Amino acid sequence: MTVVIGFEGSANKIGIGIIRDGEVLSNPRRTYITPPGQGFLPSETARHHRGVILTVLKEALEQAALTPADIDCVAYTKGPGMGAPLLTVALVARTVAQLWGRPLVGVNHCIGHVEMGRLITRAHNPTVLYVSGGNTQVIAYSERRYRIFGETIDIAVGNCLDRFARVIKISNDPSPGYNIEQMAKRGSQYVELPYTVKGMDVSFSGIQSYIEEAANKMLASAQCTAEDLCFSLQETLFSMLVEITERAMAHCGSQEVLIVGGVGCNLRLQEMMGVMCKERGAKLFATDERFCIDNGAMIAQAGWEMFRSGQVTELRDSWITQRYRTDEVEVTWRD
Amino acid sequence: MAVSNFLSKGSLLKQGAEARVYRDIFLGKSTIIKERFPKKYRHPLLDEKLTHRRTVQEVRSIQRCRKAGIPTPVVYFVDYTSHCIFLEDIADSVTVRDHIVSTQHQSHPSPTLEHLAPLAVKVGQILAQMHDEDVVHGDLTTSNMLLRRNGDVEDASELSLVLIDFGLSYISGLPEDKGVDLYVLEKAFLSTHPNTEALFQKLLESYTASSKKSSAVIKKLDEVRLRGRKRSMVG
Ligand SMILES: Nc1ncnc2c1ncn2[C@@H]1O[C@H](COP(=O)(O)OP(=O)(O)OP(=O)(O)O)[C@@H](O)[C@H]1O
Ligand SMILES: [Mg+2]
Repeated sequence: MTVVIGFEGSANKIGIGIIRDGEVLSNPRRTYITPPGQGFLPSETARHHRGVILTVLKEALEQAALTPADIDCVAYTKGPGMGAPLLTVALVARTVAQLWGRPLVGVNHCIGHVEMGRLITRAHNPTVLYVSGGNTQVIAYSERRYRIFGETIDIAVGNCLDRFARVIKISNDPSPGYNIEQMAKRGSQYVELPYTVKGMDVSFSGIQSYIEEAANKMLASAQCTAEDLCFSLQETLFSMLVEITERAMAHCGSQEVLIVGGVGCNLRLQEMMGVMCKERGAKLFATDERFCIDNGAMIAQAGWEMFRSGQVTELRDSWITQRYRTDEVEVTWRD
Repeated sequence: MAVSNFLSKGSLLKQGAEARVYRDIFLGKSTIIKERFPKKYRHPLLDEKLTHRRTVQEVRSIQRCRKAGIPTPVVYFVDYTSHCIFLEDIADSVTVRDHIVSTQHQSHPSPTLEHLAPLAVKVGQILAQMHDEDVVHGDLTTSNMLLRRNGDVEDASELSLVLIDFGLSYISGLPEDKGVDLYVLEKAFLSTHPNTEALFQKLLESYTASSKKSSAVIKKLDEVRLRGRKRSMVG
């Protein structure tokens, strides 16, 4: 049996999870929530993480009913993400690894999402849509790499949603995306927005600047409601995502889709993807917010795979990096 | 004209991201019918807009390319109500994707680059010609290029390459748009065909040598790549 603890804190969530051979023993998490209209800044986010990380660590061990002696390996997020929060969390991971005398493994955050999704859904070899606040990628595995077939050429889809929420002052609690999803359910009028797909790539900056410019004017003149805008934004963004996923599937000859990342728990996105899959006889795999949204268990799971295939990170190499592409990692745990 | 009759008789070749592609006989000729059927996952207004726009664009760009002597299938017939395009069947062809994959398998362990270099040169030349006509393809992948099987694959001048799938294409003279077109191809190429960086480099060199306006385009390509690498990716 191999028990791995994973530390995640690359953005505004801080999570610590423990995995024992595919079983999630614990996965507590805290979110740094900013007032409506405000995003989260690196230094303040790091301060938040510093304030709660030891409590979360205690919870993770208690809920798993384990002591440090039961842990075989300490995994932490090496990147990508915000520098200050990444550093804070890596520092604690390094400290406990030395205190407990256990090896470290530095994990690519995106690979954590993919491996967690594969574990929970048992998807075999899916085309992966990875959608979050900072990432939008269509990924498929081949020859020891998670290869990026499509991605955003400018901002991430979650970033587009979050920035829209700020413009019309939607609450960040529990997350702007969740609140947009709820409001969208009450929207009915479809407002036409720019739609930019380039092969398997997408661009959101056009839609972003258009809606930033138009939203408050349209609301002020009662052309549509905030709910209509949420609805139309979701319909447009998600259609683009489903389209590039389908294009990658057609190109690769794949019959499975896995959605991961924070935006992936949006039920409308899952529903649209499900319709697309049904139309081409493919199968959809998705998870809920416990595993979609950044969490510690996903880092533990990728760390578990890496550790079991013989990878460890020496203390002197246990740095962090703000930029770290999914396809940089050699996948030593799959054939 | 009951287009649906054709579709029910024809044999389904492939279900792409946008369309079902059938093969049938139309006016005595082997024909590819590309049907953009409604996508139920998206809002009907958005679906109608995209489907119509792409059918129109595909026909327009194919015709513009053909006028300039860039090899694309002949358009036989278009039906804008059912969004069907009837195209010349590029008989006895394979996608460049399948060709590269099978060459990589066959030539293992001898170097692939040697065998595929003439193809890369040819692709570079044709894309240069297309961009010089201000056609931006919008979905450049090795699945959207067909290679006729006759002819000597080791000689670029003998290769018969045909560009297809212009649904996402548009007309633009901007180096930025052409640069992004190449960027999209580069990423699709390298993710589909691992370890072909040198081959893609060959393609770009050929593009650069063939296009009259390549320097501004390649400069934009470098810029777009850099933007990708610099993106912060928080979350
Ligand atoms: N004119 C043609 N002659 C022969 N084969 C063709 C022709 N047009 C298309 N095909 C075949 O059908 C496949 C799909 O065609 P096409 O790329 O036009 O459809 P699509 O649905 O737009 O694809 P995508 O998934 O890229 O959006 C091609 O990859 C090719 O194998
Ligand atoms: Mg195609």
